[in-house]
Amino acid sequence: MAELVGATDPVCWKRAVSDSAFGLSNTELQELYRGLCVTRAAEERLELLQKQGHVTGGVYRCLGQEAGAVGAAFALRRRTDGTGDMLCHTIRAAGALFLFGGELIDYYRQYMAKGTSPTRGREANVHWFDFDRGFVGPVSPLGTMIEIMAGMTLSFRLRGEERIGIVFYGDGASSTGAWHEGLNFAAVQRCPMILMVENNQWAFSTPTSKNTRVSSFTEKGPGYGIGAESVDGTDVLAVFDAVRRAASLVRSGEGTRMVELKYFRRKGHAQHDPQDYVDPALIREWEKKDPLDLYRARLLEHDWASESELVAIEQDAFDSCRVAAEEAIGEAYPDGPDAVKDVYTDVTTPHPWTRADSPDPTLA
Amino acid sequence: MDGEIPEHLLKTRNGEPVTMLEAISEALFEEMTRDDSVFLMGEDIGIYGGAFKVTRDFLAHFGENRVIDTPIAEGGFTGAAAGAAHMGLRPVVEIQFMDFISPAYDVITNYIATSNYRGAGPMPLVIRGPVGGGNRGGPFHSQNVEMAFFHTPGLKIVYPSTAKDAKGLLKASIRDENPVIFEEHKGLYRAPALREVLPDDDYIIPLGEARTVREGTDITIVTYGAMVHKSVEAAETLESEDGVSVEIIDLRTLLPLDEDAIVESVKKTNKLLVVHEDTRTGGIAGEIAIRVSEKAFEWLDGPILRVTAIDAPVPYSGSLEDYFLPQTGDVVNAARYLAAY
Repeated sequence: MAELVGATDPVCWKRAVSDSAFGLSNTELQELYRGLCVTRAAEERLELLQKQGHVTGGVYRCLGQEAGAVGAAFALRRRTDGTGDMLCHTIRAAGALFLFGGELIDYYRQYMAKGTSPTRGREANVHWFDFDRGFVGPVSPLGTMIEIMAGMTLSFRLRGEERIGIVFYGDGASSTGAWHEGLNFAAVQRCPMILMVENNQWAFSTPTSKNTRVSSFTEKGPGYGIGAESVDGTDVLAVFDAVRRAASLVRSGEGTRMVELKYFRRKGHAQHDPQDYVDPALIREWEKKDPLDLYRARLLEHDWASESELVAIEQDAFDSCRVAAEEAIGEAYPDGPDAVKDVYTDVTTPHPWTRADSPDPTLA
Repeated sequence: MDGEIPEHLLKTRNGEPVTMLEAISEALFEEMTRDDSVFLMGEDIGIYGGAFKVTRDFLAHFGENRVIDTPIAEGGFTGAAAGAAHMGLRPVVEIQFMDFISPAYDVITNYIATSNYRGAGPMPLVIRGPVGGGNRGGPFHSQNVEMAFFHTPGLKIVYPSTAKDAKGLLKASIRDENPVIFEEHKGLYRAPALREVLPDDDYIIPLGEARTVREGTDITIVTYGAMVHKSVEAAETLESEDGVSVEIIDLRTLLPLDEDAIVESVKKTNKLLVVHEDTRTGGIAGEIAIRVSEKAFEWLDGPILRVTAIDAPVPYSGSLEDYFLPQTGDVVNAARYLAAY
């Protein structure tokens, strides 16, 4: 049975952060750090916006999980012309969305439900699309996205394209029928995709032990005939390495693979969740494994970056988020009557006749 | 596209009559030939050719990249079809019996139907399969599923009653940029009376347009699917025995509903009977009645009535199923009541 895992779990405590640069240049190593900083700064700004009353719905933090999304996305082919790899992120993998070209201002527009948002106020938070840049927004029942990504990557295989897909989902989604059906389909069809299970040990308030009897989600891989690997999700370089290796296998025709990110959700499910079902000592233990702090120390230790370079990255991340948020705040909400648009590509949805300027019952 | 066209798919080209099933096969074959992005997924559709043989010989002709046998997982492969549609393909999914579409309800209603609205762009996807009772199939091989999806904005629902309509509507569905649920009544698949010679051209029947099957002046019957034929039988009886003139509207597409065709006919006959094989409560008759109330209340000279299956699971035994299903006599009785009103 899966017990709650502390920061000294063998997978997570080999070394604070990998010593190898895995062949990355200093510029690339610093780009990874920037990805972490942008994720952290974006969410901290979001919390502020929520306190100021600008956010329409909930705010969901990935505190402690930033390295999983950033390390994974950095290992993929990110392009802007619809020929690169496809990402399906989650709300706790916004760092991957940003690396794939999701704009900070769109992130804030989405959270603030602005008419200028990519979904024009119809959908929330990270639920948006850009097929040219290569990301597909999730729907809330996340298991569904395994099925969707199976079909996207099936199209890559059918057309002989060298593209792959990566789909993030929480440990809780692994319990859904859609997850099983999607994964089984993908495995049978040798769909070139990587499943990224974000094992942050919580599905809302439900611990992993109440979602599964396996101690690691990698144990599920063999049941579907696919390879699986577990990695310290707080170690951005270890994640990068694991996903790069998985991507290479998947791209070369092996089919579907799974990577488990092991870490801990240091915040509640959303900001409205006080997380009082979690032992505070466990949260404090995981604070010592903060992915930004650890990676920052490693960058300095190996001279992969100077203190001033890191400060500049941090400042730039902070400023980018502030500027994007401030611009989005001033933008308009959608017009109510726009609610009838685009239900279909070609069928008109009627307005309620009681809302017409001159109601005429015969026009109901 | 390897090899010659299988003989059984050349009937229209040879000027021979086809059944509704053959018309559906021709539509799929012609669309796959016309457009490389059209491909099929479903259970046993490959070497076996599908439970009803709709895709017989397709695998040999188009290959396994375009005729994909799937695991038994309607949710999984319907979701995968949606992902492929995002990437520019035009999947046609076969549900072996539409009763089994329920595992895909989540992905259809939450994901597929909302796709365009959520900004993900068009979702050209057809989900087709056999429906309907009368074949002693019991509760899990006989259902009509339209009303499980009728309430979901973003979907289109098509339900043809003739071979000609089936072919033209399926072609239109495959070319549509929106997700379409396409219901094929298995009792009509091989019905000899429905065999007809089809136009030997690339004809399309637009979605959302009802067809006037029969003109009349006294009562309008709005119906679709297999009930079109029972309604025609009833209308002939009513005309010869009662001198009642019945107009029959075949909806063909249930969503979007051709409200204008219904209202126009009701304004002419002033009386409306809705006939559907689906069960009674929550059936489409309720929606049609309220639309007529909104648009043509003052033209009505009688109550809007309905003839439907009873509110029960579809029973297996012939005596039970015949009682469960609406029959021609029910339509005659209802129309007589309405005519005398």
